[in-house]
Amino acid sequence: MNIKPTRLRMCGNWVLERFPLAQVWNEHMAHYYAPKNFNFWYFFGSLALLVLVNQFVTGILLTMNYKPDAKLAFDSVEYIMRDVNWGWLVRYMHSTGASAFFIVIYLHMFRGLLYGSFKQPRELIWIFGMLLFVALMAEAFMGYLLPWGQMSYWGAQVIISLFSAIPVIGDDLSLWIRGDYVISDATLNRFFAFHVIAVPLVLVLLVFMHIVALHEVGSNNPDGIDIKKSKDPWGHPVDGIPFHPYYTVKDVVGVAVFMLFFATVIFYMPEMGGYFLEHANFIPADPMKTPEHIAPVWYFTPFYSILRAIPDKFAGVIGMGGSIVVLFLLPWLDRGKVKSIRYRGGIYKKALMLFVISFIALGYLGTQPVTPLATMMARIFTAIYFGFFLLMPIYTRWEKLKPVPNYLTMQPTLEERIPDMIAVFNEVVETESVTTDTGVTVSKKRFNPTGAKNVLIRTAKNLKESLD
Amino acid sequence: MKKLLSLFLLVLSVNVFASGVDLQDADVDLTDKVSLQRGAKHFVTYCLGCHSAKQIRYLRIANDLGLDEKHVLNDIAPEGAGIYDQLHSAMNKHDAEKWFGTQPPDLSLIARSRGADWLYSYLKSFYVDKNRPFGVNNAIFEDVGMPNPLWQLQGEQKPVFANAGERQGLEKLVSVGNGTQSTEEFDRTVNDLVNFLVYVGEPVQLERQQMGKYVLFFLLIFLVISYLLKKEYWKDVH
Repeated sequence: MNIKPTRLRMCGNWVLERFPLAQVWNEHMAHYYAPKNFNFWYFFGSLALLVLVNQFVTGILLTMNYKPDAKLAFDSVEYIMRDVNWGWLVRYMHSTGASAFFIVIYLHMFRGLLYGSFKQPRELIWIFGMLLFVALMAEAFMGYLLPWGQMSYWGAQVIISLFSAIPVIGDDLSLWIRGDYVISDATLNRFFAFHVIAVPLVLVLLVFMHIVALHEVGSNNPDGIDIKKSKDPWGHPVDGIPFHPYYTVKDVVGVAVFMLFFATVIFYMPEMGGYFLEHANFIPADPMKTPEHIAPVWYFTPFYSILRAIPDKFAGVIGMGGSIVVLFLLPWLDRGKVKSIRYRGGIYKKALMLFVISFIALGYLGTQPVTPLATMMARIFTAIYFGFFLLMPIYTRWEKLKPVPNYLTMQPTLEERIPDMIAVFNEVVETESVTTDTGVTVSKKRFNPTGAKNVLIRTAKNLKESLD
Repeated sequence: MKKLLSLFLLVLSVNVFASGVDLQDADVDLTDKVSLQRGAKHFVTYCLGCHSAKQIRYLRIANDLGLDEKHVLNDIAPEGAGIYDQLHSAMNKHDAEKWFGTQPPDLSLIARSRGADWLYSYLKSFYVDKNRPFGVNNAIFEDVGMPNPLWQLQGEQKPVFANAGERQGLEKLVSVGNGTQSTEEFDRTVNDLVNFLVYVGEPVQLERQQMGKYVLFFLLIFLVISYLLKKEYWKDVH
């Protein structure tokens, strides 16, 4: 009985003597010290990795039955949906995964804006992250052509024709990208090649660099302070805990919550009201019939809105490109001395709020047909979008900062907040005992307007205070 | 700040006023196998002459609607169709272009691109219009290049215009009452047809929804266990 484990261990040692597996594991998991006060916003990094793996696995399965051919592509997708065993599940996991990827990434990026994760010394992590975002957009754009529906076709037609707005080389450039004068079989084939191999390789490489750069300088935290400044006698940060097992078990909880939402979409609303799978994309691509209203998928709409808001086509292309380029410059635009929004001045908080509103509004407007009013709104929100970044060097200098603590602060967890929530609930809903005709006393719950008013006023006051 | 918020609200209201003829609600119920069976029969009788539904096979219909294969072949499928065949139309592509100016679209996914309510309203909204090649127009899809396949059942409908002289501002359609079915019967026929098309659009949807319950139940249990595990590990952190 004893022989087997020893042999096994010997085999294990044989590998470990030749490969630094234990060292890599320790450096990046078991001995990687992460701040102990990660909150809700810190789930999205690991979730992005999960979605990436989901896209790889389901994507590989889809390529087994998909046909990258303009004559066969549309039908092969329906073949997957109907005749391939579990094909519908794989396809929905992939299509929902694409949207989920962008939701997760947008929240992940917003975390950076909240807690100054892009600031010194993490500028390079932000740059790698932004490159990942651009690669992801390319991946999603090219993947969207593959089902060869009307929106696939005309969406790609519109976006690629943008390149023709570039002076002098524009027309030749767009011709070179398409490989034809219109989107055609040649375009489909090259997009397939990029979507299934070229861009995924870039994504993997960038994810690797993103994580290596992160583990070199260490993770930021909701307080935006450097945990390496105060170390215990063994040289570990006082406020740090090993990533494994603490954050591995915590991230599993995040994964469970995420998968609940993910599964709800897959099994009950895979089209998500036409936002995840557009209705017009269930019509095969027809180069002779332009749809009335061409809208990209929801995750591109903020940028599409900016494009449409600018009257001149070339200027619009510059504007759309600029809205992404400006994100790269963020670490050098922000002159605030403090990282976390908890200790930043009210002006940054208000600016960030305006930015979030304008980003969502631009996203909504991008899904809608053009009207004069909508165009005007899009212009205003475009101005706010760029104002947030370009005026940053000025307004972040005026900030009135709050004192930053030396050690991490712990916020109450969701579980610890339950008594407060119950108190608020009791304030809004009052209970009274009513004696019915039959003489039985029943306690009835009733909505209490004054209580609700008090709660609302208190919330508004807190909100205003937190913005100062 | 207030101005911005009101601007934001304005954005949301921009498209509330988008107009169009109001759609009627189709009563889609995929668990109603009898309705789906009637719908399949109607589809083959009234639609398949011109429109295919090539993404589905007779065998799949037999399995999903709880029908015997022989029954599907004898009672639903057109003569000469095999059980493994897809629902192809017998109409020749060149003939179609000669007769209708275009090839009638495949209807496999029409319910997913148009929606059930649109189809239901569309099929009920043909009206007499002498200016059109087939003598009918449609209130939902103006100047559609398709005759009313169900006219014998529904009978003719006459339009009532707000501006009768210039035939503008369509207000309602009035039935002439020369159909073989009553209004209620006809509504049921159209509804069965739409129900069937919704099924054909995504045959797996019932199975998908039934499976969803178990997946979500599993994930809920998984969430509880993973949360307890996390709490156990994190006891010594605070």
